[in-house]
Amino acid sequence: MQDDSATRGAGAGEQAVRQPRPAAPSATLRAMEPAEATGRGRVSVELRHIDKSFGGVQVLRDVSLTLRAGEVLGLLGDNGAGKSTLIKIVTGVHQPDSGQILFNGEEVRGLTVDRARALGVETVYQERALAEQLSLWRNIFMGRPRTRWLGFLDVRAMRKVTADLMGESMGFTSAVLTPDTHVTGLSGGERQGLAIVRALHFEADIIILDEPSMGLSLKETDKLLGFVEGIKAARKSAIFIDHNIFHVYAVADRIVVLDRGRIAADFPTSRYTLEEVTGIMREVAASGSFVEPERGRATNAVSATEGTGETS
Amino acid sequence: MTEAVKNAESSTAFGRRWTARTFGARWASQIGITFAFVLMWVAFISLAPTTFLDSPIYVSFAQTTPYFALPALLLTMVIVSGDIDLSFVSIYGLAMVGFVAVEKTNGNVGLAVLAAVLIGALAGLVNGVIVTGLGIPALVVTIGTQYLYRGLTLALVSGKSYALVEAQDSAAYQLLDGRFLGIPMQFVWLVLVAVGTWLLLFRHRLGHNGHVIGDNRPAAELMGIPISRTRIWLFVFVGMASALASVMQSLQVSNFYPQIGNAYLLPALAAVFVGGTSVFGGRGTVWGTFIGAFMIGGIQAAIVAMGVEAYWIQVIYGGIILLAVSIHAVLQSRFER
Repeated sequence: MQDDSATRGAGAGEQAVRQPRPAAPSATLRAMEPAEATGRGRVSVELRHIDKSFGGVQVLRDVSLTLRAGEVLGLLGDNGAGKSTLIKIVTGVHQPDSGQILFNGEEVRGLTVDRARALGVETVYQERALAEQLSLWRNIFMGRPRTRWLGFLDVRAMRKVTADLMGESMGFTSAVLTPDTHVTGLSGGERQGLAIVRALHFEADIIILDEPSMGLSLKETDKLLGFVEGIKAARKSAIFIDHNIFHVYAVADRIVVLDRGRIAADFPTSRYTLEEVTGIMREVAASGSFVEPERGRATNAVSATEGTGETS
Repeated sequence: MTEAVKNAESSTAFGRRWTARTFGARWASQIGITFAFVLMWVAFISLAPTTFLDSPIYVSFAQTTPYFALPALLLTMVIVSGDIDLSFVSIYGLAMVGFVAVEKTNGNVGLAVLAAVLIGALAGLVNGVIVTGLGIPALVVTIGTQYLYRGLTLALVSGKSYALVEAQDSAAYQLLDGRFLGIPMQFVWLVLVAVGTWLLLFRHRLGHNGHVIGDNRPAAELMGIPISRTRIWLFVFVGMASALASVMQSLQVSNFYPQIGNAYLLPALAAVFVGGTSVFGGRGTVWGTFIGAFMIGGIQAAIVAMGVEAYWIQVIYGGIILLAVSIHAVLQSRFER
């Protein structure tokens, strides 16, 4: 009496003999196209003076940040700088102690995960946000199962969607994998693919990638970066969090550096070379802030004045 | 992001192997426990044919096993979601206090049953609210409420028993403890509750969320699953099932004694784990618990029927439980890559 009774019909046959995918751009990208047609349009997010502490430890201090519509924002910072907390505030997992969150210029109070999703925010957490002992379809629909009446699941529909996503978007072409396969049966790259597709299936306008390159091979990382380029091409916004400055520099329009809970730097990527950005990171690590030479003032102030962002 | 080319080439051969593997991974645990059950029963029949080839013992199983199998079924859901409930055995008593209070004052047995189930639900609610509200592990909380509920029961009735002979003339008695086509109603209810539990655990949002919570709690939080609400509901269901089982048993023996349920803690837990539910959460089966309960229920009767010296009963009990759990562990590692 397990849940995964025999319904392998949905995908196994047709998937088996699909062509090998082209290396780049990532096939994952294809999931975005229908979403683009039906999405809610371009969305900007603005955080104003966000404070957050956990049990007396202040994790974020007066953080103001704007994600403009259609922009890829790179978020850098050491472990413990507050990147994850900042992301969890945008995605509604945590609520800030003080400060405002604005979507398209309108303040949203009491943001929850469901609300953030409704506003078009989707997050690609790494494989750590997958439930290993559960099937692929249960993972895709984690937190928002399709139901018919009184909360009973529409399992057939969820298996079907999963089978389609596996074939079209994840590039899971082998007959080895079915919607009922458990995550324990997937490789690291396959898990990452699942995590990405899970976010993309639901018509996101803002895609947050939380350290997506962690544990990926070089080839898989290339695909991932290609996928972020695809977000840009589809004129959606993204926040790309990574330890690796090279990855961030390659795809981000703007880079924000967090240091011990504060915004230490905020600048357009085009203004500096990779070497200069590396220098900025060193300066932040040493002094806790970075002052843009041309402007002669701390970037903290810049982001506060540029506050409103574009809305369309 | 997979080696599509390689897999595409070998898909036919690999696919077939996978089918056997998938089948194994999906069903091994349940086939294993069913096989073990059949083997055990064959052994019982060959060792004590006069008892096990006669129908009275099966009627007896069908009546008495549900008394602990009912909460065991819903306990399976709690354990799948990563919690545990040790207090359900005391809910037997507390729920019956409500039953007795209503039945002795009002005389309406149906209303008394409702009162008992309501108290069971409330007791489960208290468990769930303390566990989720204060973030204390369910193991600790329900050790506390096990004492609390039992203590309340004893205090409220001053440790006395109550005869319930008059309640046997009610429609509620027929509905809970009567016969349907010769089958004891306790068993009919057990099957109904098992089907309901399966639907909730595998075909409902509640069980879907419960699975994720038990498998990966941080992920459940990130994905916006209503963690507290889900866990509280599961505790409430265990409380209701315990109350129902308690009413059935009390009506059957037409007596309420405040220690009722005490003996069921280990049999119910054993049924769940013998059935293959993971102690760590995220995985469990309703069929396994169902069969597990009848294994546990059958052992005692069999040992007595086979004329084994009473001192050996617990040794055999423990041996069979360990064997069943080992079979699950071996099957699990065999079929998961």
